[in-house]
Amino acid sequence: MKPNSVAIVGASETTELGKVPTMSQVQLHADAALNAIADAGLELGDIDGIATGGHNAVEIAHYLGIVPEWLDGTSVGGCSFMLLVRHAAAAINEGLCTTVLITHGESGRSGLGRHGSSIFPSLFQQQFERPYGVTRPPTMFTIPVLRYMKQYALTEETLAMVAVVQREWAGLNPRASFRDPITVDDVLNSRMICYPFRLLMCCLVTDGGGALVLTRSDRARDLRRPPVYIRGTGESGETPLISQMDDFTSSAAFRVAGARAFSSAGICHDDVDHLMIYDAFAHLPIYGLEDLGFVGRGEAGPFIAEGHTRPGGSLPLNTNGGGLSYMHSGMYGMYALQEGVRQMRGEAPAQVEDAEISVVHGVGGMFGASGTIVMTNVA
Amino acid sequence: MPQGERELPRPTPETSHFWEGTRCGELRLQRCDACGTVYFPPRHFCPKCGSTHVSVFRASGRATLHSYVISHLPAPGFEPPYAIAVALLEEGPKMMCNIFDCEQTPEALVLDMPLEVCFETINDEITLPQFRPAREA
Ligand SMILES: [Zn+2]
Repeated sequence: MKPNSVAIVGASETTELGKVPTMSQVQLHADAALNAIADAGLELGDIDGIATGGHNAVEIAHYLGIVPEWLDGTSVGGCSFMLLVRHAAAAINEGLCTTVLITHGESGRSGLGRHGSSIFPSLFQQQFERPYGVTRPPTMFTIPVLRYMKQYALTEETLAMVAVVQREWAGLNPRASFRDPITVDDVLNSRMICYPFRLLMCCLVTDGGGALVLTRSDRARDLRRPPVYIRGTGESGETPLISQMDDFTSSAAFRVAGARAFSSAGICHDDVDHLMIYDAFAHLPIYGLEDLGFVGRGEAGPFIAEGHTRPGGSLPLNTNGGGLSYMHSGMYGMYALQEGVRQMRGEAPAQVEDAEISVVHGVGGMFGASGTIVMTNVA
Repeated sequence: MPQGERELPRPTPETSHFWEGTRCGELRLQRCDACGTVYFPPRHFCPKCGSTHVSVFRASGRATLHSYVISHLPAPGFEPPYAIAVALLEEGPKMMCNIFDCEQTPEALVLDMPLEVCFETINDEITLPQFRPAREA
């Protein structure tokens, strides 16, 4: 894809986040979609491409009254939306459609109108993992971490610092679910969920949604909002089984998606002003920083603990408070993208001054899939 | 919240030899006749080179404790806290398991400790491979 040929011209979350007992899942999609289309200064009739993850894209189109010319329903977990941005940009460049709406909605907390898992069930997982008492993500996503901790001497205290630092960012964000400062002791004294993971190292479970509108950059300049250009993209997938991850200290999907995004954008790490790394659990920013190449192997924990990613640090990371403190409906990727857009527009609650390049990195399943988007406000 | 019964494997044509093996106390893996790769989970071809010339063989049952968590969440058929572990088999592949004959504590569950396969008979059809600390020979 040619860098900056496609732009995000509309972006919005649902009007409410957190606990939304008045909306089922499809309405959360629609609420965000209508907000994003209005944000772009467009109308429903301008949309000719529909993409969503974790929900039938046809239902979204029908619910919105759109008969699209292009559909994508890639559902590989929470990073589906990064992949959909990539696919949408390719489709727009190919001329398959002109204006794509990507929607997310999930009644993660209230459970209204949900339909099972957002990822297709795995045959192997049914036979070779589920019989061993894996249930919800905290019992799976966390499994590789003791291996990492042994290999790189990562301590529980340092792991806890990830949650502490992200709470600092959340404290700057009025929409964050949890805003009160926490300490390492608070994290390590919180309820044990799945050793070595305690409650405050695990993401929230909330209701919400978000949507993006993308179109060609030459059209974008005539629209209401400053365009946020898609400068580079990458995606990959490794395995639906956490037990079959090749290296328990590094994600192959992260490495492939990240490297492709950086090379297609033509940027190096020093160019990155703002970074989002999908944090369903506290170890994910650690794996992400290393697999994206921002720091060396085993260095990410100390890097975070030393304050480089906190407000005022050299690499602002998860500036909305992340899945640990902002919100996490289940498929958090959309909210990471929304924060990337806010930062590029210069309107984030915790705005990084003069930020020109944002990297938004997502995970799907339990280190199963990955998508990375490089955004910029410079044409 | 998890409800109902513990989920049990539903064997498929690609995996039936594996589940037949566990029923008679054997841990069976597959080896590629073309490139020598030993792989798991089972399938009719080598995921490394694509060859369909593959053989089933009995694994040694020796492994090490590669990683684990101790879940405090409710799960049908389990009494929390219980460990969900990954055994690294001597032959190379990794396999999820629970750890038998061992306290379910970080002190007792030491990474890289030697394990040996054991078998948990669930019913006439399903016997699960499990692992326990290796006993001195
Ligand atoms: Zn082979």
